[in-house]
Amino acid sequence: MIRASIGSAIIEPGFFSSSPVQVALIVGSVAAFVSGVVGVFTVVRGQSFAGHSLADTGTAGGSAAFLLGVSPLYGFIVMNLIVAGVMELIGIRRPRGRDVATGIVLGAALGLAALFLYFDTTSTSTTGATINVLFGSIFTLPSSMVPVIVVLSALAIGVTLFLYRPLILSSLSSDLAAARGVSLRLVGIGFLVALALAVSLSAITIGAILSTALLIGPAATALRLTKRTGAAVVTAAVIGVGATWLGVLLAYDSYYWTPSHRGWPVSFFVVTVVFVFYLVVDFAAGHHATARRSVSRGAL
Amino acid sequence: MAGTTGSSTSEILAVEDVSVSFSGREILRDVSFRCEAGEFIGLIGSNGAGKTTLLRVIMGLIAPTSGTVRVAGKARSSRDPLIGYVPQKIGLDPDMPIRARDLVGLGIDGHRFGMPRPTAKRNALIDAMLDAVDASRFADARVGNLSGGEQQRIMIAHALISRPRLLLLDEPLANLDIKGEQEVVRLVARVAAEQNVAVLLAAHGMNPLLPVMDRVVYIAGGRVASGNAEDVVTTESLSRLYGRHVDVIKVHDRVLVVAGREDEGLHHPESTARAGLA
Repeated sequence: MIRASIGSAIIEPGFFSSSPVQVALIVGSVAAFVSGVVGVFTVVRGQSFAGHSLADTGTAGGSAAFLLGVSPLYGFIVMNLIVAGVMELIGIRRPRGRDVATGIVLGAALGLAALFLYFDTTSTSTTGATINVLFGSIFTLPSSMVPVIVVLSALAIGVTLFLYRPLILSSLSSDLAAARGVSLRLVGIGFLVALALAVSLSAITIGAILSTALLIGPAATALRLTKRTGAAVVTAAVIGVGATWLGVLLAYDSYYWTPSHRGWPVSFFVVTVVFVFYLVVDFAAGHHATARRSVSRGAL
Repeated sequence: MAGTTGSSTSEILAVEDVSVSFSGREILRDVSFRCEAGEFIGLIGSNGAGKTTLLRVIMGLIAPTSGTVRVAGKARSSRDPLIGYVPQKIGLDPDMPIRARDLVGLGIDGHRFGMPRPTAKRNALIDAMLDAVDASRFADARVGNLSGGEQQRIMIAHALISRPRLLLLDEPLANLDIKGEQEVVRLVARVAAEQNVAVLLAAHGMNPLLPVMDRVVYIAGGRVASGNAEDVVTTESLSRLYGRHVDVIKVHDRVLVVAGREDEGLHHPESTARAGLA
């Protein structure tokens, strides 16, 4: 009885039977899962900036897609793949070259985004474009997009798992990987493709601007929780999916408990859940590490 | 023996007249030496002498401008499973979620695609290798949290688990104290002898290697002198290599190489003195 009443207090009526909620939960879960898997390698390869830049540059593709009247997802993907290719060409594998390549391409693409968003907002038919592109459109996605999103997610995860071992080796030390005959170029390009797909899927869910949170947050949290690569990948995916479900739920509920019944955006809730959870884990892990250090010092 | 021409059956590495230039700058010039199976060779030289470049040429990561490298009698291929490698300045990322034993496992199949499939045989191989380098104690620790010396052991295990015939180590003694140096040198010598692996170990100084080293390859200014330590590390031989006078001083069982004064140039004392003033 008690549990049922708590349940109904958290989950407002009609949550699971609502069709937009169903689509949001499926798409959100899939996108968060991919972001978690790819995110772990993004963090350990030190490519968080590249990941965030892909998200930002994706806005140019997403806003262009609105002008053409197609789903912003296709715009994100086309743009992100182009940008990833250009980054690799300019030299993302050199430590300094990586920063410069990312920065230059980011600037150029944001210029395009500004232009397309201007066109979007000045043409009457697509007034919601800016909000959709920048902050996500998870509640307004047509269910016909679900199969496409699932296939693209499988592709991103497939590429990451295919490159799994060489990816770990080259993340540890490029010398070590090269000595074993790993093609650093192949691994680098393959991973950027997976990253471009993950960022696009995340952008459609919680928005281009915020997709970094879903890519980096769960991965960074998972790295504090486990010492095995496989476990970190699974943990990050689970955290991402959990945060997305909680975010969707809170956004749905917020319609009931916010003043004037204007629901708050799902992106805000997802990102907040991810961030708060990271802080909690980081605090706990920091405490744990300090305790362990003092113990080992005591032993000496 | 080592100096004879042709590839004897026990010859594992032959470097012949290798020169390397990057954008007009000569890094290595006419480098030749050989390494027999199971031999322990010290590759001795200061920073910038060309040690890392030479190791990269042997691994096939750099193509020599001229000259050849043969591994076990064959022209080397881009990935040679006969060679194991421990890079310099390892410093593994403490955030990297990987245990020491997983990194050793990647020495077996890290270049393959897909995820590793842990089998009883693979695990047993990893345990045996960890045991051989005295690393069982911290096998399950996150590798980035280990000390420099412990990471060194794991990297050696990673390099040796695929059963290479030649182990290349780039400055494994850098940043270690004297005790750490001795431990690593003894460990490498013992494991290499157990597995019949030849060792080419790059280092600044040869003193830590003197107890275990069969031969020395001394490198300076991109040129090498190789042979027994007693023959190579002499005032005459090293002065010829450096192109200026150096003194080799032996104190107990240790060797000091000291630069001579500018006016003690080897062949042309006056011109060297003038160059020094210019």
